[in-house]
Amino acid sequence: MTPAIEIREVHKRFGSLHALRGVNLTVEQGEFFALLGPNGAGKTTLINILAGLARVTQGHCAVLGHDVVTDYRNARSVLGVVPQELVYDAFFTVREMLRFQSGYFGLKKNDAWIDELLHNLGLTDKADIYTRLLSGGMKRRVLVAQALVHKPPVIVLDEPTAGVDVELRQNLWEFIRRLNRDGHTIVLTTHYLEEAEALCNRVAMLKQGQVIALDTTRNLLSAHAATQVRLRLNPSQLPDALQPLLAGEEAGWFRLTLNDCAALEGVLASLRKANVAVADLEVSKPDLEDVFLRIMGKAA
Amino acid sequence: MTGLWTLFYKELLRFWKVSLQTILSPLVSTLLYLLIFSHVLEAHVQVYPGVGYTAFLIPGLVMMAMLQNAFANSSSSLIQSKMNGNIVFLLLPPLAYWEFFTAYIAAAVVRGLMVGAGVGLVSLWFTALPLAHPLWMALFALAGCVMLGAIGIITALWASSYDQMAAVQNFLIMPLTFLSGVFYSIHSLPPFWQALSRYNPIFYLIDGFRYGFFGASDVSPLLGLSIVGVCCLALSLATLALLKSGYKLRN
Repeated sequence: MTPAIEIREVHKRFGSLHALRGVNLTVEQGEFFALLGPNGAGKTTLINILAGLARVTQGHCAVLGHDVVTDYRNARSVLGVVPQELVYDAFFTVREMLRFQSGYFGLKKNDAWIDELLHNLGLTDKADIYTRLLSGGMKRRVLVAQALVHKPPVIVLDEPTAGVDVELRQNLWEFIRRLNRDGHTIVLTTHYLEEAEALCNRVAMLKQGQVIALDTTRNLLSAHAATQVRLRLNPSQLPDALQPLLAGEEAGWFRLTLNDCAALEGVLASLRKANVAVADLEVSKPDLEDVFLRIMGKAA
Repeated sequence: MTGLWTLFYKELLRFWKVSLQTILSPLVSTLLYLLIFSHVLEAHVQVYPGVGYTAFLIPGLVMMAMLQNAFANSSSSLIQSKMNGNIVFLLLPPLAYWEFFTAYIAAAVVRGLMVGAGVGLVSLWFTALPLAHPLWMALFALAGCVMLGAIGIITALWASSYDQMAAVQNFLIMPLTFLSGVFYSIHSLPPFWQALSRYNPIFYLIDGFRYGFFGASDVSPLLGLSIVGVCCLALSLATLALLKSGYKLRN
């Protein structure tokens, strides 16, 4: 099957800045894919190249097999992008904006789908209001609706939940999940790593314009994440044998980093041997944020 | 073609929604020129035999209004989209560069012609105007709006701020239109300024447009139309090339 997105040896230079350094990435159709990385890693540049907002310096990108430079009209027709910047056109209402956007994609009568989008994004009662009068969260919803007017098979969301309240976030993800279940490929960038962990089946991590990790979310979690154990001890003194595992100490709690849960047995044995009792214990499961920090730290 | 039509319609709606500012305001300011200059000079100046100064002035003012509004339409729409970032709404869809060009130019032409027609109609209250060659009049009107619409796009593409945009408007477009024979015939100028005026393409637009009304002009209308046609073509090709390359739109 043709990949939803194919990125081959992509380099991008802005003057002396080498923003992307040979990125290779393939996103298969139907995936829910996360593109993660710190600020300035090159995520938005990569998305801009896919969307035709930036020109590639070297390399190739294709959306559903359509090269974004040589076959740009077909590539853009199958791609919907929610930009990171909260932009709007002050002259027009929400419905006008959505009708224009449909027209730009060659769709003449699209009101049924526009109504459905408005309904699903909680914008029905705002349809005839000027976009400049909407709150930030509402403007964000309009951007999502605009990206979806042409029912694109591939949807890219560049930090769609930045500065958005919890209710909208949940509604938005519910809607995007449904689109994914219906076969749409979703690529997401976000700084809320718990969102990426909950939604995405595969993750790419970018740092300084290079892909430094690319795997399924499950594999990344099991390969890179460490189990964190917090202990309150009586007496409040960590035996010497456990000092190498100590990651931090605050308010009488010792925080230990273990490679896996099985290592906990060894910790308890060491405590017994040193005649130290466990007053309280908390085990936290590894999450994508831990993985992210570890991988970014290793790549430093 | 749906994309092209949609963008054209959006551009029309954009200026129509603020028509007080985009249609009525230039109409009023142009009519004020007419009121003042015709009052002051009607009895003192006669440029063509048998043509009063007010009648002479009207085509020049109509053309000036058309040119300034055609420029204002394409340039202000594009610079606002660039500055506000909503230009992405036009860059993400599969619109071709020539569709972009055609829609912006067509909207500039419509606004230019609307303001020009408004000025022309209201000025009939001041004096009756002959219409010797309506086709020539229409050709020069159309060429003028296309030319200034294209300059508007180029300026807005180049400008990185509203200040740069205003600089082009105030220090280039405004002097070129004012010094192009709107208020006088270049034959009334000293030889140096007369020769210099012939390098101003807007002079040919106004002179040719005036020919459409009176059948008299400072230079041959055919020569004027040829020069205007070449300028139009060159500016259109330059605009198309800039849009195709993504100049200051796509990094």
